[in-house]
Amino acid sequence: MRIFGLSFKVIKTLLTTQYAYMLEYRIEIALWALSGVLPFIMFSLWSQNDVGNSFGLNDIGLARYFLSAFLVRQFSVVWVVFSFEEDSLSGRLSPYLLQPLHPLLRYVAAHLAEQATRLPFAIAIAITFFILNPSSFWLPSLPQLFLAYLSTHFAFTIAFLLQSLVAALCFWTEKSSALERLIFVPYLFLSGLLVPLSAFPSNVLKIAMLTPFPYLINFPAKILSGMPVDIFNGFLAQLLWISILVPSVNLLWKLGVKRYTAMGA
Amino acid sequence: MQRYFKTIRLFWSTAFASQLEYQLNFLIELLAMLGTLLGSVFILSLFFTGGRQLGDWTWESALVIQGVYTFLDGLTNALLRPNLTEIVNYVREGTLDYVLLKPIDSQFWLSVQKFSFAGLPEIILGLSIVFWAAIQSGSTFSIYSLLVFIISLLIGFIILYSVWFLIAASSIWFVKTWNATEVLRALLAAGRYPISAYPVILRFVFTLVLPVAFLTTFPAEAILGELKFNILFFGLILSSLFFIFSRLFWKFALKHYTSASS
Repeated sequence: MRIFGLSFKVIKTLLTTQYAYMLEYRIEIALWALSGVLPFIMFSLWSQNDVGNSFGLNDIGLARYFLSAFLVRQFSVVWVVFSFEEDSLSGRLSPYLLQPLHPLLRYVAAHLAEQATRLPFAIAIAITFFILNPSSFWLPSLPQLFLAYLSTHFAFTIAFLLQSLVAALCFWTEKSSALERLIFVPYLFLSGLLVPLSAFPSNVLKIAMLTPFPYLINFPAKILSGMPVDIFNGFLAQLLWISILVPSVNLLWKLGVKRYTAMGA
Repeated sequence: MQRYFKTIRLFWSTAFASQLEYQLNFLIELLAMLGTLLGSVFILSLFFTGGRQLGDWTWESALVIQGVYTFLDGLTNALLRPNLTEIVNYVREGTLDYVLLKPIDSQFWLSVQKFSFAGLPEIILGLSIVFWAAIQSGSTFSIYSLLVFIISLLIGFIILYSVWFLIAASSIWFVKTWNATEVLRALLAAGRYPISAYPVILRFVFTLVLPVAFLTTFPAEAILGELKFNILFFGLILSSLFFIFSRLFWKFALKHYTSASS
């Protein structure tokens, strides 16, 4: 059986080498996990000012939502555009392009390995959160957990494809990481990282739901925290975005490689 | 002293010339800035639905805080980020040697060598919001309140600079401090909202441990004419201590600098 045209042996080697590589940077990754505290800061604000009720969430609901948002973010963080820009500017991309392995798949392996390294830190932060807010403790049921896991992976896939789209622009411009800001800004405000989307006025919500961003945090976090959510339509939208993005990335990549000038080589 | 001013002028005029090459970057930064501001004001407005207040701050006075935050963010993008994130690279590649050999103070050189002009619109916009929102909330400016405002902004900037420089300086030992800077940036985002809107424990942390309150809340209180004199006095002492510590720490760190790849 082959996945993305790769045999199991190749996949296993890719993942284990990347995992070993990531283990070297444990402190880095712990700090990075910690830099995701934004949902907790927002939680303290929303609950302190009793705003939760106005969008139908009590303090416990808020706590669960923001912890879930934190966890989903931990496992859907993407930085492919930065790695790619560095590799492309330093000429490291040239040997990657010669190998019979799509360079993007190498980055996928790096991201997955990093997620595995991050897991213990994310759990430690979640436990700390429960110690500080014991009343919010909950264990999602197995189906809930499975669906949340699945949707987080889809969220990661969408985020990865979106950034790959920007990364492919590296073939045209030297500084595509600057363009990443234009994705990050709407992501920050529309994904649900700062506030559950149910707090939005209905006309803003309608516009937000037309973008891929709510499916990156809001949807998986709602499943994980046990809030009522339209599971069928959510997954449908996630798959729809993936099916739009995969051919786009493929096309842009193919066009880009033709222009590749092997900078720094 | 004059030598230092002349050096800054030379640094920034070359920076300006080299950035003219990347005009697209300027446009992207502008778009990102406007998007961020729009988003933050929108999120802030959600706190005020149904006639609520945010930690005894009215909507207009909370906008003053957004303005101060935008102003400091602009300064960060223009001055702190381009310079202080480079320190790590100098250490890693061993090019810090060349900086140390120059006949000028190394901390000065590392802190002002670059200037990103893409941060300027944010600085101007931030100040405009501060004054517009302060007028809207019925504040009458006096020379005294303007002076206190400028001093408290300086206090905030010096604290921000010193904390950031401390982290960057620790790269002498740890080399990779990029993620530590990210933690700092994430915590600083708390400065978008008034300090009194946070639970008591966080208020304490954001005033004394990581003084976010001095960055945005206190300057906003200053322009609204509500800042207590003893807080200003405390801020002066605190920022001086932070700055002196960052200098002593840099001297100490340099003693441990072993250079790389040479």
